[in-house]
This record gives sequence, structure tokens and C-alpha cells, in this order.
Amino acid sequence: MNAESQFTKKDFVPTGEVKWCAGCGDFSILAQVQKVLSETGKSPESFAFISGIGCSSRFPYYMNCYGLHGIHGRALAIATGAKVANPALEVWVAMGDGDGLAIGGNHFVHAVRRNVGIKGILMDNRIYGLTKGQFSPTSFRGQKTKTAPMGTVEDPLDPISLSLSLGGTFVARTQDRDPKHMAEIFRRAHEHEGFAMMQVLQNCVIFNDGAFDDWCTKGKEEHTIKLVHGEKMIFGMENEKCIIRQGFSPKVALVAEVDANNIVIHDEFAADPGLAGFLAQLNGTHGLPMAYGIFRQIKAPAYEAEYRRQNDEAVAKKGPGNLQKLLNSGETWTVS
Amino acid sequence: MNDQLQLKDLDKVVIRFSGDSGDGMQLTGNQFTSSAAHHGNDVVTLPDFPAEIRAPAGTIAGISGFQLQFGNQRVNTPGDFPDVLIAMNPASLRANIKDLRPAGFAIVDLDAFDERGIKKAGYADGVNPLDPEHTLGKKVIAAPITSQTMAALESLDMPKKDKERCKNFFTLGVLYFLYDTSPDLTLNWINVKFAKKPLVAEANTKALHEGMIYARNSGLFQSQYRVGSAKLRPGTYKSLTGNEATGLGLVAAAERAGLKLFLGSYPITPATTILEEVAAHKDFDVKALQMEDEIAGICCAIGAAWAGNLAATNTSGPGIALKGEAMGLAMILELPLVIVNVQRGGPSTGLPTKTEQSDLMQAMYGRNGESPIPVIAAKSPAHCFDMAIEASRLALKYMTPVILLTDGYLGNGAEAFRIPDVNELPDLTVKFRTNPEGYQSYARDPKTNARQWVKPGTPGLANRIGGLEKDKLTGAVSHDPENHDHMVRARREKVEGIANDIADLEIIGDQKGGDILIIGWGSTYGAINNKVNRYRAAGKSVSQAHFTHIFPFPKNTLEVLKKFKKIVVAEMNLGQLNSLLRAEYAIDTIPLTKIQGKPFTEDEIEVVVDKLL
Ligand code: SF4
Repeated sequence: MNAESQFTKKDFVPTGEVKWCAGCGDFSILAQVQKVLSETGKSPESFAFISGIGCSSRFPYYMNCYGLHGIHGRALAIATGAKVANPALEVWVAMGDGDGLAIGGNHFVHAVRRNVGIKGILMDNRIYGLTKGQFSPTSFRGQKTKTAPMGTVEDPLDPISLSLSLGGTFVARTQDRDPKHMAEIFRRAHEHEGFAMMQVLQNCVIFNDGAFDDWCTKGKEEHTIKLVHGEKMIFGMENEKCIIRQGFSPKVALVAEVDANNIVIHDEFAADPGLAGFLAQLNGTHGLPMAYGIFRQIKAPAYEAEYRRQNDEAVAKKGPGNLQKLLNSGETWTVS
Repeated sequence: MNDQLQLKDLDKVVIRFSGDSGDGMQLTGNQFTSSAAHHGNDVVTLPDFPAEIRAPAGTIAGISGFQLQFGNQRVNTPGDFPDVLIAMNPASLRANIKDLRPAGFAIVDLDAFDERGIKKAGYADGVNPLDPEHTLGKKVIAAPITSQTMAALESLDMPKKDKERCKNFFTLGVLYFLYDTSPDLTLNWINVKFAKKPLVAEANTKALHEGMIYARNSGLFQSQYRVGSAKLRPGTYKSLTGNEATGLGLVAAAERAGLKLFLGSYPITPATTILEEVAAHKDFDVKALQMEDEIAGICCAIGAAWAGNLAATNTSGPGIALKGEAMGLAMILELPLVIVNVQRGGPSTGLPTKTEQSDLMQAMYGRNGESPIPVIAAKSPAHCFDMAIEASRLALKYMTPVILLTDGYLGNGAEAFRIPDVNELPDLTVKFRTNPEGYQSYARDPKTNARQWVKPGTPGLANRIGGLEKDKLTGAVSHDPENHDHMVRARREKVEGIANDIADLEIIGDQKGGDILIIGWGSTYGAINNKVNRYRAAGKSVSQAHFTHIFPFPKNTLEVLKKFKKIVVAEMNLGQLNSLLRAEYAIDTIPLTKIQGKPFTEDEIEVVVDKLL
């Protein structure tokens, strides 16, 4: 971060009205992105915001940067092209849970796997907002929606586990009602070279209000745990609970009742994905708390940089391409 | 002995090589093609790949074919029916004998005609495929090619299997002798290719020489033939397939535009070799991305176009179906994008390895909403190069996606490509908008109606564009009814305006008009042209007009159509161009359609046109 950024948050706010529903969690995400980027010292024009379709996908219109509002599910594919074509652009993608994980699931999988230098904000409200309240791939089993009047009969997809299984180099979770935490995650994503996958639990006041209340409102300390690098995993109103290992799974125990050495210590930078995979189970199910923070961040070459490297190598080996030479190459014959 | 051989002059010859997909027929055909081209002949080729990669050996499903026509004049097509059939096994003979011209001959490898081979080809027990009854009375020269090859290589210390594989060079030797063509090019090729395997090089060289000697001395052949050189336009030539030409055309267009080339793609038959061609030129700093699906292929290209690259995507019909929504996005974003469809037999998965022109309506209308995208088509393999440049020119100048239609026949077929002087290729230089003063993202150039291209990252010009309808000047999202009406018409007007910027429709034949005009588009050019030339040589008033630009049509189209009494529209579909012409010009036309996964033959044109004369 640049302490003396010449830009303020205002520089990142375009004219024109924001059209999300009053009280929508998207507002607070937008505010933090604008704030964090204004502190980077980079001009608004250095950023490209790309999206698909959905409430969250209106995001580019609300940033005073370059923006492309694409088609449903395809933002990551569009962003991949933009990033490879111009690696100097800082490319952010705003996507929803339906947009990014249902119709766009294939692109999500491959963008994470390729480690393209994209900052991906997954605004996860566990519902379809823009089409008015159908269940999404992250809706709970049994969630009642217009298209599942008796409740869904499918389990949700966990984007954290999915991203980790794809070798994700930056995998984080945050939530719309913790601006400070969000800002920290966005800052870290800004500095990350490869794909930054950020799941932001986002409240849809209209169609899924309160979906995250357990983890965001009063008493949330009982059900959430912040992942802090190098620190023991302790949580609870009185910091009385902790996470220990039981086989391959995390287990909640009372600090007073366990040997302090058995409390799991978080390591964001562990090269081995084992710990992150273990922590991904802390997603608020099976009596476990919901974990916030960076599950894993490792250094790995970004896709566009690898592509660049190969092209540079080809130029170094063959010299910069010469069209006439290329056309004249191979077996030729002359007619006079 | 050779003094008994008569030397005969021929104008053109069609040879079809046919064998198991492991027999090296593509290689043999390509070698003969190069040698004939060096000899000065005009050559056009067409491989015929089996649908399966390695179907059971010896069966009809496993046959791989390669046909070429070479001549002392423009041959235009790989030929309808072979004069010479090379059949390396009974299945190849069985599948192809009906196509062999009655006056032609087949050369078969007698050694492959054992009980097993005959059975695999599906002949009934006890049948001798070489009996006249099964060769349809056509002349078959049965040469023990495998055993002759083995005998020739007897002294070499190498496994029997490896020796056997040299039989295609033996066959090539036979043909080089028969058509009085120098083997030097192939001998050179062998030495380069097998530089690290001197024994293999020696074996292939020996097999080739022995083949030539065998052809002269065996007594099986009575004649040797000579095809003089063709009077091609002076210049340096190379043989290119249509897909290679398309890939090179895109590389050339980017160079001429001063832009980086970006190809977003997904493997699909028969279009993949374009991606392979472009990926081979990383020294041009091209980006050739093999993406996770067809949609990602076009979407990453859209992202790259937005970022300021010359962007393209290539596919075949099923891929276009998947890309439809994104094509609409590129259209409404008004970004330049070249979309290549190497058409194949449809519908659905259809006939992936066969050719067809049945995606024209898909190109015209296969999107939601009013979504006009220019459509152009290449007429021969080498022409794909020019049309890739033309597609890029239109895309960049008019800020629009452009669809370039080729097909499997063009993509896999090859012909002589006259290497252009790079400086004579169209100048496609692009001007990006950098001045923030008064910028409005959908303000249009008064001449081209194109909006301006701004590279993201440019100071002072940050703007947001998207797939929602937008204000006619500011580009801001707009739901205003009048504005929408205006924008729908403005986008169409822009594309229709391209008619002022393309060549007139040319009449090949009676400039003032006449009895019959045969109209075509795309890869049928050569077949129609050959037939029209034949009619004209016979004094018939038959002319040709061939569309390279279909949407918009050239401005003089109606004028040309009105000059002729009868208009035949020949295409490899059920009459798609025919419908477009009728809809646009309300004229009477006669469709001539064929949809067999194979190009037109001259006879098929004759059947319809003769009746009209
Ligand atoms: S529908 Fe829900 S997600 Fe969409 S803007 Fe309204 S509150 Fe936000």
C-alpha cells in the first residue's frame, strides 16, 4: 500500500446512481473496494472491473475505472483474455454465487487452476437476486425458494474447498458486515500475483435476509473464528474455545481442557495445502464455527506471466517474428 | 523393358491414395504434391480422414485417403473422380473402386490381398476382390508392393516391421517414375526428417529407388506420362492448407495493424489446426489460448479485444452454436473480433470430418435480438489467407465482430499459395483514442459509423461498457424506447454500410449478361469454375458469379442478377444463400443443392444446368 496515495475514495466513485436495494450488503463491499484501491496509489484507470450478470455484476458501473459488464457466468473468461492481453491492467472480477459457480462454474474452476492474475470477489448471498429468489449452488439443503417450495434436495458447494482443491494460491473468506476485515482481504488480494479468490458472505435483504446472521450479528463470536497467521485458533465470547485436531477433522474444544500445544496454529503460507484443506471444514456446518480470513496464500507464477515468459523465450531463440520470413519459410518453388 | 513404354502427354491427372490410417497415405500424398508443384504443375489436394483415429486395421472404417489433382493449367479442385487409385489393401479397393474413372487404373498391393485382408474388407468367403466382377471391369494392376519392398531392403539390418513401413516410399517411387517426376525433393526430405536415424533414411531412400526401377522393369506398366508445367502467375509459391492460410492470415493482419494477435479457442474438428498454426508463432508474441470450452474461447478473445489486441476465435458449427450469446455481446460492445467457422457436416455432431456449407443461416441469424454481424467466405485454401486479412480489416475499421466462413474442404485441402510481398498487404493501422477531450464512448465516426477504440489503462478515458442497451452517445445503460430503436438501427446501418467498402460482384463470363448465371459462395468456387469453363469452351452462355461477401452483399448484386435469364444457386446445403438472395432481391432462382459431406462434382452441376440450356 502506498501511504501517500494521491487518490481518494472519491476518485473511484463515478457519477450516476447505485441501483442496489437499500440495505443490500453489496454497498459495503463496494465502499471497501473503492477505499482500498484509492490507497494503492494507482490511478482509477489502471483498474479493470469485469463482471457477468446478476446483482453483484453491476459492480463495474459503480467503479470509476474501466469496466466491462459481460454475459452471465463468463466474467472470468473475459477477464483472462484482458489480463493476458495486457498484464499491466489490474483486473478485478465481481461475481455472484449463481454467476460464478453455477453457469460460470467451468470458468471459475479453470481460472483458479490456471492462477490467472485476477482478483475475484465472489459475492455470495446464497440466492439468485436479480431473477428474484431462486436457490443457488451455495443455498443450504432444504432452503425454501420459489423454485424449491418444499426446500432444495441438494447440498451446497463450498467455494473455499473447491478453490483449494484446484490449487488456489489465494483463498479467503470475509463478510459484508465486517468492513475492516474486508478491507484487509482486498488489500492482500491487490498485492497477490495470481488468482485471488475472495468469498464475501453478502446479505440479500430482499430474498435471503439474515442468511448469515449467526456469523455476522450479535453473538457471532460463538460461531465464528478469525484466521490469523501464526496464531492459535481460539474463539468464543470469552476466548474460551479452540480448534484441535481429531483425525483429519477439526474439533471444537475448551481451551481450559486441552494441552495448549494441541491447539491448531494457523499458517497462511504453508506450502502444503493440507492445513488449508483441514480449515476449510470450518464453514459453519457440523457444529463447527465459520472461519474468516485467508486460508491459504502461496507464491506461484501467474498464468499471464508464464505465457509472457514463453513468448519472450521464443523471441530470444528465433528473434522477433518477421512476417516476410515466415511466409517465405518451408518448401517453396518459383514460377517465372 | 523401358523402351517398350510409351510416353504420353496429359493435361491433368487425379490420383487418390487410399490405405489404412497407419499406412502413411497423407505423407505419401503430400510428398507427391510437393514434387509435382516443384515440377511446375498446379496442384490442389484434399485429405479424407477416417472418422475414428485408429479404427481396426484393414477395415473400411479405418481407411485414410488423400486425393490430388495436378495439371498444366489451373486445376481449381482436387478432382471429382480419380484417374489413378492407389489401394494399399482390399478395403481401400472396395471402398474406392466405384469412383475410379472407367479409363483409369488402380494399383494395389497384391501382398495385402490375403485371406485375412479380404475378410476384413468385408468380402464374402471365397471372393477374389481382383475379379473383374468386383473391380467393376476396371483395370487393376496388382503389384506385390510389400514383398518387393522387403526384398529391396533385404541387406539392411532392421526389424521386419520397420522394413514393411517403407512400402509407401516404394509406391511413391512407382508414381514418380510413371509421371516422370523428380524424386529429389522427397529424397531431401527423407534425409532431413531421418537425420538422426540414418538406417531409416537409407531404407526409405532405397525403397523409393527400387519403386522407380520396378515401375520401369516389371512389365506391369505400358506407359509413362508427362504433365507439363502450368502457367501460374510468376512468383514464389508454397503449398498451404486453408487452415494454415487462415492462421497465417491472422498473424499477417496483426502485423499489418501494428497489434498483437490473440486467438481464443477450443479444439474442434476441422478447425483445430488454425489454433495449432497460430500457436506455432510465439516469436510474433501471439497469444493462442486453448481455453476450457468454446464459450471461454470467444469470451477471452472479447476481453483481449477490449484490451486492445487483434482478437479472434476459431471453431466449427457446434462451437458457433455455443458462442452465440458472446457473439451478441461482441456485437453490442462494438469491439473488433474475427470469428472463423470451419464448417463441417451438421446438424448436431453431424459429420465432423466431412464438409458442408450449412452454417450460413446460423452465421446470419444465430443470435438473440437484432444482431447484425458481417459474414464473408473464402473460396479456396489459399484464399483463406486473404479472407482472414479481410475479416480483420472489416473488424478493425468498423469496430464489429466479423464471421469468416470456410469449411472442412478448404481447411484440410491445400493448393499453391503465391507468397505476397508483405508491404503490398493491406495497411490495417489502427488509431486508438487517447484524447479525453469530449470523449463519448458510443459517438460514431461519420464515415464508418464505428465508435472509437480506447485501451483500458488510458488516462482520462475510463468508461464502462456492457451488454445492456446503452445511450447512443454516452454509452450509459439506457432503457429509453426511442434510444433502443435508434441503436438497433444504427448497429445495422453500420454493418450495411460495409457494402460501400467491398469489391463488386464479378461476372466470370458474359459481362453483358446471358442465359445462365451459376452463383456460389465459399468452397464451391473451383468446381463451379471448372464446369463453367467447360460450358463456355463448348460455346454455351453459362457464366459464374461467386460471393466472398455475403452480409452485406456487394452493392451491384441485383444489377448482376438481372442480366441473366436464369440464375442457379449452387451450394452444399438445402439452399441457404438461395433463400437470402430471394429475400433480399425478390428474384427467381433455381437452387442446386447437395449435402453429402463432399464437394460438388462437375457432373452434379451438369445434371441441373443442362436441363436449363
Ligand atoms: S436483490 Fe438482494 S442482492 Fe440484489 S440488490 Fe437487492 S438486496 Fe442486493
